[in-house]
Amino acid sequence: MKMNGARILLECLKLEGVDTVFGYPGGTVINLYDELFSFKEIRHILPRHEQAGVHAADGYARATGKVGVAIATSGPGATNTVTGIATAYMDSIPLVIITGQVPTALIGNDAFQEVDIVGITRPCTKHNFLVKDVKELAAIVKKAFYIARSGRPGPVLVDLPKDVQIAIAEFKYPDSVDIRGYKPTIEGHPRQIEKAVAMMLAAKKPVIYVGGGAVLGNAAAELTTLARRLGAPVTTTLMGLGSFPEDDPLSLGLLGMHGTYYANMAVTNADLLVAVGARFDDRVTGKIATFAPHAKIIHIDVDPTSIKKNVRVDLPIVGDVKGVLARMLKVVEEQGDKVAEFKQAAGHWLQEIEGWKDKYPLTYKQAASVIKPQYVIQKLRELSDDDAIIATDVGQHQMWTAQFFTFTKPRTLLSSGGLGTMGYGLPAAMGAQAAFPKRQVIVVCGDGGFQMNLQELATLVQNRLPVKIVILNNNFLGMVRQWQELFFDKRYSQTCLELPIDFVKLAEAFGAKGFQATKPDEVEGVIKKGFKTAGPVIMEFKIAREEKVLPMVPAGASLNEMVLNA
Amino acid sequence: MKHTITVLVENEFGVLSRVAGLFSGRGFNIDSLSVAPTNEETLSRMTIVTRGDEQVLEQINKQLNKLIDVIKVIDFTDESAIEREMALIKVTAEEESRAEVLRIVDIFRAKIIDVTPKSYTIEATGAPAKVDAILELRPLGLKEIVRTGPVAIGRGAKGWKG
Repeated sequence: MKMNGARILLECLKLEGVDTVFGYPGGTVINLYDELFSFKEIRHILPRHEQAGVHAADGYARATGKVGVAIATSGPGATNTVTGIATAYMDSIPLVIITGQVPTALIGNDAFQEVDIVGITRPCTKHNFLVKDVKELAAIVKKAFYIARSGRPGPVLVDLPKDVQIAIAEFKYPDSVDIRGYKPTIEGHPRQIEKAVAMMLAAKKPVIYVGGGAVLGNAAAELTTLARRLGAPVTTTLMGLGSFPEDDPLSLGLLGMHGTYYANMAVTNADLLVAVGARFDDRVTGKIATFAPHAKIIHIDVDPTSIKKNVRVDLPIVGDVKGVLARMLKVVEEQGDKVAEFKQAAGHWLQEIEGWKDKYPLTYKQAASVIKPQYVIQKLRELSDDDAIIATDVGQHQMWTAQFFTFTKPRTLLSSGGLGTMGYGLPAAMGAQAAFPKRQVIVVCGDGGFQMNLQELATLVQNRLPVKIVILNNNFLGMVRQWQELFFDKRYSQTCLELPIDFVKLAEAFGAKGFQATKPDEVEGVIKKGFKTAGPVIMEFKIAREEKVLPMVPAGASLNEMVLNA
Repeated sequence: MKHTITVLVENEFGVLSRVAGLFSGRGFNIDSLSVAPTNEETLSRMTIVTRGDEQVLEQINKQLNKLIDVIKVIDFTDESAIEREMALIKVTAEEESRAEVLRIVDIFRAKIIDVTPKSYTIEATGAPAKVDAILELRPLGLKEIVRTGPVAIGRGAKGWKG
């Protein structure tokens, strides 16, 4: 059937199973929006800023495992997507971003609202395309989705000039994709897997270190079974939270800069580290030279560039983590007695770890007159649904959530880990709520990050997306303030937000509801009321202003050099 | 450690920028880079001379392979490849020095490709070290030089298509 480029794009999206897109119209996508007007199979959500549109698509993708889709116009619309794209790129989130472009004849002429978005996003996309001919459009969209979701996932941008949207072509969606330069290795090498199991069973002090790859690769079940079968302790990165139930005795919680004392001690003393879909980020390793100094390292990752990038690796396994872990489990089952011997040795190791847990558990000092943020997070956990989705912004509240929420299910935490994008939380929660209208979606923000995308309150109200917004308000840019306190002699340069904002009135201005708690005994009531109230709600908690995230490994220090009380 | 890497890429716009951007974005060195289409019209072939320790070179290889438009990466070790580079060199050649220039050109089996009463332009081809050596013409008055950067091909009967 013959149709115009705009319609071809929409048909492609439909065939890719896209049910929701987040987009913002403009001059170079007006033809696309005209087609969308009568195209009922796809729900379009209009954010109030293109950056938020991309974060929403990202939240949608993280929560569902599907490819998120965002649309923006050329020029400023396109540049506004860049932070969202870079956020998704750093955390390997599958997105397809469609940007309008000036007509092909005008490209390069500094036309109105022209920007070289393919050039701008080259270093922060997995791949990108400029469509020059409507006849190539369907094949390019097919490739874009395939690249975004396969291998190590990531964002792909398709730049679509206005004249290509108007041009007519025969629509035929390709059945399959073959890109000669892109053949991700999915199956882990069987010999390497056997060697890995042998190394694991020979270890006395193993630690499994799990990153976002286990969540993205849907490997939580395999990981949990393997760890429990072996009785091996598991620590996760921020991105890995939820892949292993944190209420399991084998869980060590978070490792790294704000990791638990016992996770960091375990890694420092381990004789074997099994990295699963993790990339040895500097926030995880601290000083590289002293990271896991006694451990042999097995590294399982779908992306070969992640292996040996930051640390030496004794045994690399390139492949999809789900398949590799399932295969490891099978090999383990063939070992018989060796597993029992291993479990016995690991038992001593677990006892040693218990000692560290007893010595410095994750804790905080409760106060009678002022709300402690950690207490709010614990109460949220207690009062929220079991399958609630938690989005966070970036900063202290993000770390408190990671430390104290106790995540037990994959894809229940949406957080910008790699890029650390303030303003991410609210729109990401919006995207997740659009995907799961019936589930409880909560975003935990600071007062700083919330203000970076608060315009999305309008989108929530307009689209009846009942996101529950928790603001931990210390009237500071808290994480930077904490660094200034610890390392810059309390010189709080530009970190006090000074102007007190009435967040309750703000919620009301957008047609949402707002509640505030200023004392510890009000916390539970506000959370209960907030959860019970229909529609989007702001719950503001005035927290202890100079509370710190602890433990903390100072930047550049070794993992066992934690600041525990300061 | 100096390495010569050959990269087969899709012959499309923007690919050079992806490769060059990868090197600059990750802080890898490019000593030289040459690129041209191959006998298969959908492919281009790049020869990149780079430096780094073993870990850096491994990352360069992996990161290049990760680019969607990169089809093949061949990392030549010293003995496994033949490298050739061409230079065009314009030298002052007046009266007494004209004969000296000609002698040097002869020694290096180079060619004079343009002549004026005051200058010669020389075409020299060879291994990069030979091209370095011919630059010893400098005392005679080097006016301008342009080098292609090396291109490389594997030794032996085996060939990479494209």
